[in-house]
Amino acid sequence: MTSDDPKEAVHTLPRGWRGRTLSREALTGFLFILPALIGFVLFYLIPVFRAVEISFTDWNLLRPPKGVGLENYGRLIADENFWHSLRVTGLYVLYNIPIQTALGLFLAVLMDRVVRALWLRAVIILPYLLSSIVAGMIFVWLTNPQLGYINAFIQGLGVERQPFFGSPDQALASVAAVNIWKHMGLTALLFYAGLQSIPRSLYEAASIDGSSEWHTFWHITLPLLRPVMAFVLVTSVIGSFQVYDMIAVTTGGGPVDATRVIVWYISENAFNFLRMGYASAMSVVLFLILIAFTLVQMRLLRANQSDLG
Amino acid sequence: MQQLAQKVGMLAISGLLGTALAQTEVSYWLWDANQKPAYEACAAEFNKQNPNIRVKIEQKGWDDYWTSITTGFVAGTAPDVFTSHLAKYPEFALNNQIVDLTPYIKRDNLDTKIYYPGLYDLWGKDGKQYGLPKDWDTVAIVYNKKMLREAGVTEAQIKNWTWNPKDGGTFGQILARLTKDKNGNNALSPRFDPKNVVQYGWVSPNGGGYGQTEWSWLAVANGFKFNDGPWSRKYYYDSPKLAETIQWLADLGLKRGIAVPFKDLPTSGGVEPLFTSGKAAMMPQGSWMITYFRDNTKFEYGWAPLPIGPLGRKSMFNGLADNIWVGSKKKEEAWRWVRFMGSPACQNIVGSFGVVFPAIKSGVDAALKAHASKGIDVSAFTTVANTPGATFLFPIADKASEVSSIMQAAMDSIFLGKVTAVDALREANAKVNALFR
Repeated sequence: MTSDDPKEAVHTLPRGWRGRTLSREALTGFLFILPALIGFVLFYLIPVFRAVEISFTDWNLLRPPKGVGLENYGRLIADENFWHSLRVTGLYVLYNIPIQTALGLFLAVLMDRVVRALWLRAVIILPYLLSSIVAGMIFVWLTNPQLGYINAFIQGLGVERQPFFGSPDQALASVAAVNIWKHMGLTALLFYAGLQSIPRSLYEAASIDGSSEWHTFWHITLPLLRPVMAFVLVTSVIGSFQVYDMIAVTTGGGPVDATRVIVWYISENAFNFLRMGYASAMSVVLFLILIAFTLVQMRLLRANQSDLG
Repeated sequence: MQQLAQKVGMLAISGLLGTALAQTEVSYWLWDANQKPAYEACAAEFNKQNPNIRVKIEQKGWDDYWTSITTGFVAGTAPDVFTSHLAKYPEFALNNQIVDLTPYIKRDNLDTKIYYPGLYDLWGKDGKQYGLPKDWDTVAIVYNKKMLREAGVTEAQIKNWTWNPKDGGTFGQILARLTKDKNGNNALSPRFDPKNVVQYGWVSPNGGGYGQTEWSWLAVANGFKFNDGPWSRKYYYDSPKLAETIQWLADLGLKRGIAVPFKDLPTSGGVEPLFTSGKAAMMPQGSWMITYFRDNTKFEYGWAPLPIGPLGRKSMFNGLADNIWVGSKKKEEAWRWVRFMGSPACQNIVGSFGVVFPAIKSGVDAALKAHASKGIDVSAFTTVANTPGATFLFPIADKASEVSSIMQAAMDSIFLGKVTAVDALREANAKVNALFR
């Protein structure tokens, strides 16, 4: 090939070539996604197949695996800790998603309709830039009943001090609260980007027609944000189901087993109890659950269409 | 002439390369960052004696450490030699991942009597030996001197204090005297308000299934035993002796306002700051924490011996050793490094850093000298170690991680006041013993 102009290149090819082989444009596109594709195959696709394979074995890492068929899956159904960890995870998702999404949306609309300042966007995204480890540690100490500022403040208001992470009744909600604090900035930024694609003329028209801010939000902003909403919900639901690092730094699955979420329980089985087969079986189940959730969400939100037409 | 110079130069280069290539590198891992400088000094000395072996030391935090080692066994990236723990090595030994050192010990005619009694046997099973002892630890109680004075408690009183699960003995009384509510009443006063405590007498986590520093010393002094000795497959967590001990400890925080309530403890990063910030007057600690308190305590503090229980004074006596991985391609060199770490030469060096108590007497003397030069009296740890019958060993057994997980949940629920110790421990013991069926 001597020419750099793709149109010319296509021109010089015999008729019908484009239909049979990859066009140069498609090839370029393919090359662009290649790095991501390699990563996907190497770190996601192959491990998924490996996990499925391991889930049919009894393997403690130190001795060769032994095929056991569906035994791990049978055991999982009878394991009350597995069901408990699924319930805890479900509860965590329920705490997280509605509040995080609502707050993100509120902040985005605020940034879009009220204060359109760059510094505000910077401040809102800041918590997201902290690692979970740092955020978790900060809050463990801030909320400490004996030494933390938050409890000193609460007691200053005349309310009894609260254990937060230290009590089984509050620990999960506390982890969720830190997570919401950390992630709502990102959610807000995603919504904000989505808001930019809504034509200003629609808002002008609405205001000429005398629509209230609230009415405009429900009938213009929210419906037109649907594709972004779908993206935010799908990614944050998956993220919440997979919570691990925040648990590892703040509560270690405790007190008792109040924050033993599914990924924590999987990693406990894999790396502490050396039950790789069983841990893989649970991962496969989690994988299927997440696929089901994602498909349902995509369907309900018609994620691939926009009302902007 | 020029040619000669060239030849000499080339010879010199090949000579240098030759020594570099002949040097075998032995990789060595440990988890305690505080001990790294001591072992680096040992490795330097070792390299002087064995110029063809170089030791590469790497440190990783406790959780990461064990994951890296177990996955390293499979991936082929585990270190040649690594510091091991009594809670972990049984699993490695049962799965044939660590080298039996007996042939080397016999071949080199090693004197295994040089170690503190009991330590050597902790690292062996069925005539096989997996490690040479390198250090040991016991438990004592760290206290805030000013709070002691203010409460009118003398240092002589805490040298011979006693404990029993019925009325807590003088130990219980002293903890109560060290506890103050916001009106200045101590916990012995009838006007004491356990809801508004400004200074606690005691702070400690609950200790999970082993309670090495948290409860094992009280429970064993009360007649509890974990199991029937090393490698046993049955635990006695349902013992009434354990239940009454645990209930007494839990009630300090739940009912009496003497200990910082369990739910108020930081869930991550250790509870030591509650002592070093002056919220609590006393806490139980292991000897490996001596340097932590030396470096982080901004007030006058001291180390008191454990209280004397119904069966006397009892401390867990635990120790570390080094294991060689079966997959190591340099077992001979690895063995020489292990042998050196188990020898007086290295243990005297480690002792002089004052971070741990070495497994050989002369090393301990070096450690005592190091502490004395800093003005710290650590006799509370050494006296109990040297008193016959005053120590008991870590309950070595398989499945330690699963036992820990079950027991941690049980202890949490007791210390949170959700269940009584009797009920929780009976149920947990059944689950633990089911693991071995």
